[in-house]
Amino acid sequence: MKRSLPLAMLLALCFAPNARAANEADYKAAFAAAEAASKEATGLRNQWTVTVQALTAAKKAADGGDFDRATAAAKEAEALAKASIFQANTEKEAWKAMEIR
Amino acid sequence: MKTRTSLLLGSLSAALVAFALTSPRVVAADKVDPVADAKAFQNFFFQKFPDVKHEDFVNGPYSMNADLKRQWQEKEEFPPYEFALDAGKEMFSTPFKNGKTYADCFPNGGIGIRQNYPYFDEKDGKVVTLELALNRCREANGEPPYSYVKDEMASLTAYMAFTSRGKPMDIKIPDDPRALEAFENGKRYFYTRRGQLNFSCASCHVQSPGERIRAEILAPALGILNAMPIYRSEWSGMGTTSRRFVTCNSQTRAVPLEPQSDEYRDVEYYLSYVANGLPISGPGARP
Repeated sequence: MKRSLPLAMLLALCFAPNARAANEADYKAAFAAAEAASKEATGLRNQWTVTVQALTAAKKAADGGDFDRATAAAKEAEALAKASIFQANTEKEAWKAMEIR
Repeated sequence: MKTRTSLLLGSLSAALVAFALTSPRVVAADKVDPVADAKAFQNFFFQKFPDVKHEDFVNGPYSMNADLKRQWQEKEEFPPYEFALDAGKEMFSTPFKNGKTYADCFPNGGIGIRQNYPYFDEKDGKVVTLELALNRCREANGEPPYSYVKDEMASLTAYMAFTSRGKPMDIKIPDDPRALEAFENGKRYFYTRRGQLNFSCASCHVQSPGERIRAEILAPALGILNAMPIYRSEWSGMGTTSRRFVTCNSQTRAVPLEPQSDEYRDVEYYLSYVANGLPISGPGARP
């Protein structure tokens, strides 16, 4: 009993930030970050279809007032966009490894 | 002491020999050499598939699988692209509103010239594909351009390819640094991984020709454009080279570029050049 109480408190503290429902401001911040990364990917001529889909899903959820889902989708879009930027940058040299010589 | 000196001298000579052997390769790797690239490209496929006749590579997946080839040969008795050929022939000979025809825009009246496209336009400093040349012809004669991905454009290019069947691909790279740059850009595009699936064109068409990807057998990259345009059962219709590039990009979950973008034109230039000498087989039919 003595041991389990602090453990429960620790777990509650760990999950407390995640348990809070996202609000419109959270969504707007997440969407702005995703959009910026997405634009960078487009500029590199390396946009992914899944990034566009995640951005659309975020907008749709936000329009319906579901900011939890909207924020999660925007964060996913940002992660995907960043992966595509990473891919574009590494491939600037990495493509040579595949070349037939 | 003597042993140590000879060991030192020996190591030094070995290092010098190694440097001499590797340094020219480093220089060569940075130099754009389309002739060497085409030779290496063709040799790769000839060695990987020693039983495939060289001219058969232009038949894509049918060159890789005997059963599929037999089915295709039977289908060729009533080819699915025939309607497009008829439409293309009629469109080609129908005058524009100003009385001119496509024949006025092309060398040899547009007949038997497919093997020379794309070419590098030294005036514009860019690659010109057959599809682009056809739309330029239309616009120069006061007609609206066609969609680059299907229908009319596919019919027109099907007819032009048909009149060129059997002629060896003959793409020229003029002595112009911009042409070499276009070739190199096309090569880079071909080998660059993109999309969430992290695939390049080469992932399928160099590393895995003859293998299945879901229900389809992958075509070799060598001669892949010689069969364009194609009727694809998957599309239930005809598609141009532009459509093929757009679809490939989408399949890797990459947002496709606009048809006839510089990248697509350059990769068409690269792929056509490395297929020089192989016959035009278009229009083609694919599963």
